[in-house]
Amino acid sequence: MFRSLADAIAAAESRGASLADVALDAEAKDQGRDRDDIRAALARALRVMRGAVSRGMQGDLHSASGLVGGDAAKVRASHAGPLADTPFHEILARALAVQEVNAAMGVIVAAPTAGGAGVLPAVLTGLADARGLDDARVVSALATAGLIGAVIAERASLSGAEGGCQAETGAAAAMAAGSAVELLGGTPAQAGHGVALTMQGMLGLVCDPLGGLVELPCVFRNATGSAIALAGIEMALAGVTFAIPVDEVIDTMGEIGRAMDVRYRETAGGGLAATPTGRRLARERLVQIRRSTH
Amino acid sequence: MVSILDIIGPIMVGPSSSHTAGACRIGLLTRMLVGGTPERARIELHGSFARTGEGHGTDKAIAGGLLGMRPDDERLRDALDIMEREGLDYTFEKTSLADDAHPNTTRITALHGGFEAVVVGSSLGAGRIRLTEVDGFPVDISGSLPTLVLVAEDRPGSVARIAGVLADERINLATMRVTRKERGGDAFMVIELDEAPSAEATTRIAALEWVRWVRALEKVGA
Repeated sequence: MFRSLADAIAAAESRGASLADVALDAEAKDQGRDRDDIRAALARALRVMRGAVSRGMQGDLHSASGLVGGDAAKVRASHAGPLADTPFHEILARALAVQEVNAAMGVIVAAPTAGGAGVLPAVLTGLADARGLDDARVVSALATAGLIGAVIAERASLSGAEGGCQAETGAAAAMAAGSAVELLGGTPAQAGHGVALTMQGMLGLVCDPLGGLVELPCVFRNATGSAIALAGIEMALAGVTFAIPVDEVIDTMGEIGRAMDVRYRETAGGGLAATPTGRRLARERLVQIRRSTH
Repeated sequence: MVSILDIIGPIMVGPSSSHTAGACRIGLLTRMLVGGTPERARIELHGSFARTGEGHGTDKAIAGGLLGMRPDDERLRDALDIMEREGLDYTFEKTSLADDAHPNTTRITALHGGFEAVVVGSSLGAGRIRLTEVDGFPVDISGSLPTLVLVAEDRPGSVARIAGVLADERINLATMRVTRKERGGDAFMVIELDEAPSAEATTRIAALEWVRWVRALEKVGA
């Protein structure tokens, strides 16, 4: 697999191919598998993603602590906001839906992790459905997203415990942005700028979940992360470029993650988790969980 | 090397790839090591598994793995109820293992049909796991390939004999590691294979008189 998005973009340009194509070829070579076999595995992931969106929209799920659930349905039903009846609005609802399923121990695709699993399905299926693009196109986009995630894994991190939330929802948003730019007809170079323009907006984001659980703020971070991805997609498709090369932006995320205090890396020692209310909720709700499972 | 399918995956029951999917895989490998659903298990949770395990369903995920459920099995949510209904005796406790133990580590003492194993396993993130100890032997088992594990008397030629059986059965060997607690003591062998071993191959290895026990572990990873 590629260790540099610049290399992947150059490889795609030299062949007149898409990033999805060079990603599938590299994966086939690395793993000794057929491209069709890889596409079939990605298609299965897409079915699970769509299933999680539908399940979460029903609005009846609650997490172990009871702190999250029901908000996806609330957003979808609302017409009060400035984004009502736009794909943007539907994407925010879908991101919440997948994360509510995750928090309630439902089935999701970790993409790249469970904590950031809402962004990619929300952005890709939301845009594909709005434009009437078929699932084969979305499967190609998942390959591009996998390539971007693999480069981030190699150059920085995909773990909140190592790099904060920028490594989980930040990586998810960057994957969603680059793959969606290509899905909507952008060039490989534009996809690279989509990744950079999105990641720059997620830099420094800490991982501060209440009680260390993948619930609050994780569910909402998937919606706001999707919004930043949409901003990156909008700019990149308009031809906006980012002056710092995409690989250097990814390296920056890794550098910030390594410098981040341990309190902000999934330990519940800082940020929202350490607020008076955050501590109180974690204490009260965790006691409840213990009572209900034993 | 990072695979696209590691990034877009695993397909799993939430909420945490390390605390739920990884924990389930450790339970599954433990089940395979004792050869079936344990009737009794003592599950000790260390570090972050102890601190946030209950909210992440780590207890349910390990119990589900011991019951044979995979990380994408929706019954994981009800694994503790299923365990009780089937009259299985699994207990959970918090513990403190070595200071250098990975923060997401569990030690499971499982008993099935009179066979007991003590397994230490860690969840490394993104659903990847490693068993680091079985019955006091230091091991390195990831579950990402079909794996044969066995304990044998430490005698010259034993590795060659076992490799010979696998060659006869046309099974390609990916990696092989032998560890022992002391010189001349029993050896613990971990053999990763490209495909699952036939029942025939496992039976032939088990029949070698100096082999104490052998188990075939299915692939549990991506």
